[in-house]
Amino acid sequence: MTEHETRPIRSSEDVVIVRQLVRAWAIRLGFSLVDQTKIVTAASELARNTVDYGGGGIVRLEALSDGRRIGLRLTFEDKGPGIEDLALALKDGYTSGGGLGLGLGGAKRLSNDFELVSKPGEGTRVSITRWR
Amino acid sequence: MDRIPILRMNEFLLVTIQVDMHDRLAMTLQDDLTEQIVRHRARGVLIDISSLEVVDSFIGRMIGNIAAMSRVLDAETVVVGMRPAVAITLVELGLSLPGVRTALSVDKGMDLLRTSFHGTPNGAS
Repeated sequence: MTEHETRPIRSSEDVVIVRQLVRAWAIRLGFSLVDQTKIVTAASELARNTVDYGGGGIVRLEALSDGRRIGLRLTFEDKGPGIEDLALALKDGYTSGGGLGLGLGGAKRLSNDFELVSKPGEGTRVSITRWR
Repeated sequence: MDRIPILRMNEFLLVTIQVDMHDRLAMTLQDDLTEQIVRHRARGVLIDISSLEVVDSFIGRMIGNIAAMSRVLDAETVVVGMRPAVAITLVELGLSLPGVRTALSVDKGMDLLRTSFHGTPNGAS
């Protein structure tokens, strides 16, 4: 199995492709159905953010192993306007667009590890990992 | 495929979502359903999501919107067939679909609609 893969995300069709790709990786890594569903749902939220707020970007999928556990890490990167207030962006119900404001916070809850790096004017990188 | 088919059965509309919907397709379904509720004077909408492996916040919002819009248009919406893994994930995501009626199967969902419309599950009033 390839240990990593990168795909562009530009449109809402690409969000569907990312969901399918993450599902295929989660199945190959032996994740349970519930864990597959959680990471695919988190990926869907973050891929949509990449399109809607970042103006498009990429996702990188990586298989991880810490010696005991197998993990799947997804990193979403865009060169969009970035996020001014990270704490506010993570708050449930807050949105600068037209959504429900559950995307970032929801993706964080559905993952084991979560990292958000953003600089206004430079872009955003969100990384999530789910361990099996 | 650029449209989800909507079937009409007497005063009810039935939708079975069988594809992984991109966002525009979901918005189109929301618009089509609202329009057809009015055109056919539908009293109930049944949405079967048993084929959906993922319901994220966008699809969840669409389901909530359809339920709210149909209520305003004097129709009931029942969502049926949600997979257990989807239910677990949806609640963890932070969406519990308030105001959306659910049933485990199409049969149970139809019973629910008939009962709220006719007063009995077998359709006799």
